Amino acid sequence: MVVHGDSCAPLHRAMSSAATTSPSVDKVDGFSRKSVRKAKQKRSQSSSQFRSQGKPIELTPLPLLKDVPAPEQPELFLKKLQQCCTVFDFMDTLSDLKMKEYKRSTLNELVDYVTVSRGYLTEQAYPEVVKMVSHNIFRTLPPSDSNEFDPEEDEPTLEASWPHLQLVYEFFIRFLESQEFQPSIAKKYIDQKFVLQLLELFDSEDPRERDYLKTVLHRIYGKFLGLRAFIRKQINNIFLRFVYETEHFNGVAELLEILGSIINGFALPLKAEHKQFLVKVLIPLHTVRSLSLFHAQLAYCIVQFLEKDPTLTEPVIRGLLKFWPKTCSQKEVMFLGELEEILDVIEPTQFVKIQEPLFKQISRCVSSPHFQVAERALYYWNNEYIMSLIEENSSVILPIMFASLYRISKEHWNPAIVALVYNVLKAFMEMNSTLFDELTATYKSDRQREKKKEKEREELWKKLEDLELKRGLRSDGIIPT
Amino acid sequence: VADCCNPVSKMAGADGDDSLYPIAVLIDELRNEDVQLRLNSIKKLSTIALALGVERTRTELLPFLTDTIYDEDEVLLALAEQLGNFTMLVGGPEYVHCLLPPLESLATVEETVVRDKAVESLRKISQEHSPVDLEVHFEPLVKRLASGDWFTSRTSACGLFSVCYPRVSSTVKAEIRQHFRTLCSDDTPMVRRAAASKLGEFAKVLELDYVKSDIISLFTALASDEQDSVRLLAVEACVSIATLLPQEDLETLVMPTLRQAAEDKSWRVRYMVADKFSELQKAVGPEITKNDLVPAFQNLLKDCEAEVRAAAANKVKEFCENLPEDNREQIIMTHILPCVKELVSDTNQHVKSALASVIMGLSTILGKDNTIEHLLPLFLAQLKDECPEVRLNIISNLDCVNEVIGIRQLSQSLLPAIVELAEDAKWRVRLAIIEYMPLLAGQLGVEFFDEKLNTLCMAWLIDHVYAIREAATCNLMKLVEKFGAEWAQNTIVPKVLGMANDPNYLHRMTTLFCINALSEACGQEITTKQMLPVVLKMSNDQVANVRFNVAKSLQKIGPVLDSNALQTEVKPVLEKLATDTDMDVKYFAQEAISVLALA
Repeated sequence: MVVHGDSCAPLHRAMSSAATTSPSVDKVDGFSRKSVRKAKQKRSQSSSQFRSQGKPIELTPLPLLKDVPAPEQPELFLKKLQQCCTVFDFMDTLSDLKMKEYKRSTLNELVDYVTVSRGYLTEQAYPEVVKMVSHNIFRTLPPSDSNEFDPEEDEPTLEASWPHLQLVYEFFIRFLESQEFQPSIAKKYIDQKFVLQLLELFDSEDPRERDYLKTVLHRIYGKFLGLRAFIRKQINNIFLRFVYETEHFNGVAELLEILGSIINGFALPLKAEHKQFLVKVLIPLHTVRSLSLFHAQLAYCIVQFLEKDPTLTEPVIRGLLKFWPKTCSQKEVMFLGELEEILDVIEPTQFVKIQEPLFKQISRCVSSPHFQVAERALYYWNNEYIMSLIEENSSVILPIMFASLYRISKEHWNPAIVALVYNVLKAFMEMNSTLFDELTATYKSDRQREKKKEKEREELWKKLEDLELKRGLRSDGIIPT
Repeated sequence: VADCCNPVSKMAGADGDDSLYPIAVLIDELRNEDVQLRLNSIKKLSTIALALGVERTRTELLPFLTDTIYDEDEVLLALAEQLGNFTMLVGGPEYVHCLLPPLESLATVEETVVRDKAVESLRKISQEHSPVDLEVHFEPLVKRLASGDWFTSRTSACGLFSVCYPRVSSTVKAEIRQHFRTLCSDDTPMVRRAAASKLGEFAKVLELDYVKSDIISLFTALASDEQDSVRLLAVEACVSIATLLPQEDLETLVMPTLRQAAEDKSWRVRYMVADKFSELQKAVGPEITKNDLVPAFQNLLKDCEAEVRAAAANKVKEFCENLPEDNREQIIMTHILPCVKELVSDTNQHVKSALASVIMGLSTILGKDNTIEHLLPLFLAQLKDECPEVRLNIISNLDCVNEVIGIRQLSQSLLPAIVELAEDAKWRVRLAIIEYMPLLAGQLGVEFFDEKLNTLCMAWLIDHVYAIREAATCNLMKLVEKFGAEWAQNTIVPKVLGMANDPNYLHRMTTLFCINALSEACGQEITTKQMLPVVLKMSNDQVANVRFNVAKSLQKIGPVLDSNALQTEVKPVLEKLATDTDMDVKYFAQEAISVLALA
């Protein structure tokens, strides 16, 4: 049964290695190669810790699944799942070594078993699988090691229990992808609460874990139609909290990547809910300080939306202009890049609607003293499609751009920028020589007019202030300060 | 009628200014393409309103502002703030409700700072509403916000319930309670967080019966929310709620939830409990503290997450101080001290340094004998800690111990700790220990200081980091203030003046900086007889930086000198420097001449 018309496309980028590589023994064991070991030692590790510490853990070894007759296998499979619910303290590297190794090999066995076996997935197995996965992966993430973890600068803190955790994720993905897997049974156990806890884990500092989570969530979104709206809403909440409350969430890029494939599958016409998501969530995501960490994924989502529904172009571009970076030049360069991606797919009718505010901003960027910003904006003139749009509308765009270009050609400190500006001016001259000559002729008088206006403004304010002063003196105590 | 009573508008009429400032011009200003200019205009909104007079502000300016609220958040923030101070500009409390429409729109904006400011302004002007206006205008606005579609308006509503509740009729009160209840179980966690953070404030204005019937159930629900960011806010509310309830109700209404929070699976919630522990302790009273909070506190001090242990360690002193006096000592000795002992050798340095910042305070509570027997070994262990911050925290609180057992008990261990910190590779650590020197000198006395610490203080003067040399200079001044001019003359001044011949010009300049700092504390005699000759001699230094610092020093010590020395010795030297080849030297020499009035 299809609840609504949306489908869920495969993840845009090459899916995580998680889904494709098999966890061979030496991959899991971090001590096989010297180079690996060295790299690992430098990184800090942490893990959320457990209340029941101290007592050594004892698990009774069970026979291998392949060593028992087929009819007994499902029963043994359940027992092994139950054993794997036991969670070990990996911050203590010396405790329970034997049992840790036993659980690791059991998990390895389970991974192989769900991949190759048939007929193991009895109805009783579903709750046990979900229970085992929940016991292992759901935990309160530990506090970040450094007070102000900066994902761009600092090495991430890795999850200490990864040797087990990775196998649990691996197992879960294979379970979800197994041919025998039936969502109609699983939905009793993989429910809203499960998904909510899964989403919280995306804040993990460990990139390996987020990679697995991405695959898991994508599979769940694909297979459980009843959870789709809920998943989207919860991602909304995570993003809103990230933008307006904490500015901290490690998994934004991964969630956006999943959303990219979700948006790809949206049915037309777009629902109001989806448009709201674009305008009220995706656009404000541009304001976050750490934009560079997820900008590529974000821009991809935005362009996906516009390819679906070109009438969204105007609100999107107005949104970007509203949140245009004021002080951060790196972010400005990113905005310009995204804008070019949008312009690449823009329809000429949409372009006309936003050209004025858009080129006022571009004109400001072109005259930025930061040469990378100016350069990035001037590169638009190398884009054939954008050039054709500018040419069609040169009578509107040229007057907006002219003053800045003219001034930079005389004043900019960076010779490369000046050279680029000359090219642009030349292009404009060829496009519309009459208007170009007119603007050149009136450049001086236009500037004088502007100066005069500026002076008038100042005078107005001076008069107002005098008035305030006069009244402030005469009616002392009446005017609130 | 209102206009006649208002001198502001009367004057606008009398001066005929209204026509001078047509609203169109002002609105043009508020619409200017340049954000900065728009921002400037908004910040002077009161000036605009003043020019317009109260009536036109109400009928023209406010509608314009309400309609055009799509702008940069920075502009909106300024607007939200301005409107909170606008009551007189619209004609006083009678018309204050005119400000509600623009503020209502601002309270629905996405950007948190804008919304918060709008709510702040709304709270402010709510007080200026008459009870009738509050019901007719303000309360409907709160209701609209509370049932808005997008989470932002509902979030804003949470902050407005408590300001109107006390002044409305009981029917409206019931409605407000209902709205608050709804928001506490809102679908979006953002709204639940806002509601949880206002729960305590709202409880305070409710009648006790409703606190028991309504608030407690909301509190319990929020404290077991699925999101830890909501649960931890309930802990804060717990303090206010517990304060409101009579003692006999606490056990059944509050304690189950508090116990649960102290053992929450999320460390953030446990951290919050630890962080609010002193407040909680006061709110629940001595009996519950003894039975419940003591074991809870022990658990927090032993928590598996360092973050939580550090927060709890910070509260050790306050918690012990506020224990009921009758068996305070017994509780501390048997329950708290064993945990504290473990924390001294914690694996995490933040935990140790949090403890070190309060542990000395325990000595006043436990008295001399217990301090010597039980605490002293801990202090000594922390003084030897590998982390400099721990040692510094101990040293910075020495005064507490001094009062109880005298500092001599510690001085043996103190000295190596101080010396090590004084030579720490991190200059910030060195800086921190310098700042405690005057305190230490006061506690240890002059003999101990001369014998052990004086060399250190002098060594800092030639540190390779300027900030250290500067702090060392300032330190000398404080020491002289403490020990007197005679001590300075015997111990410090000769060494400082000796540096005037150092081959390194930075050290020679340090002499000048020291003289600047010390002259006042040392007095006229020492300054004129011992310091001045050295300064004057340095006016021939080959490094220009030294020479212009001579000029600066002379300007500084001039007022301390007698007028004879000024005229006969200082004046010729400054005059010579004023003709120096270096322009900076000239500049400072001339400045000194004019300040000292020697021209």
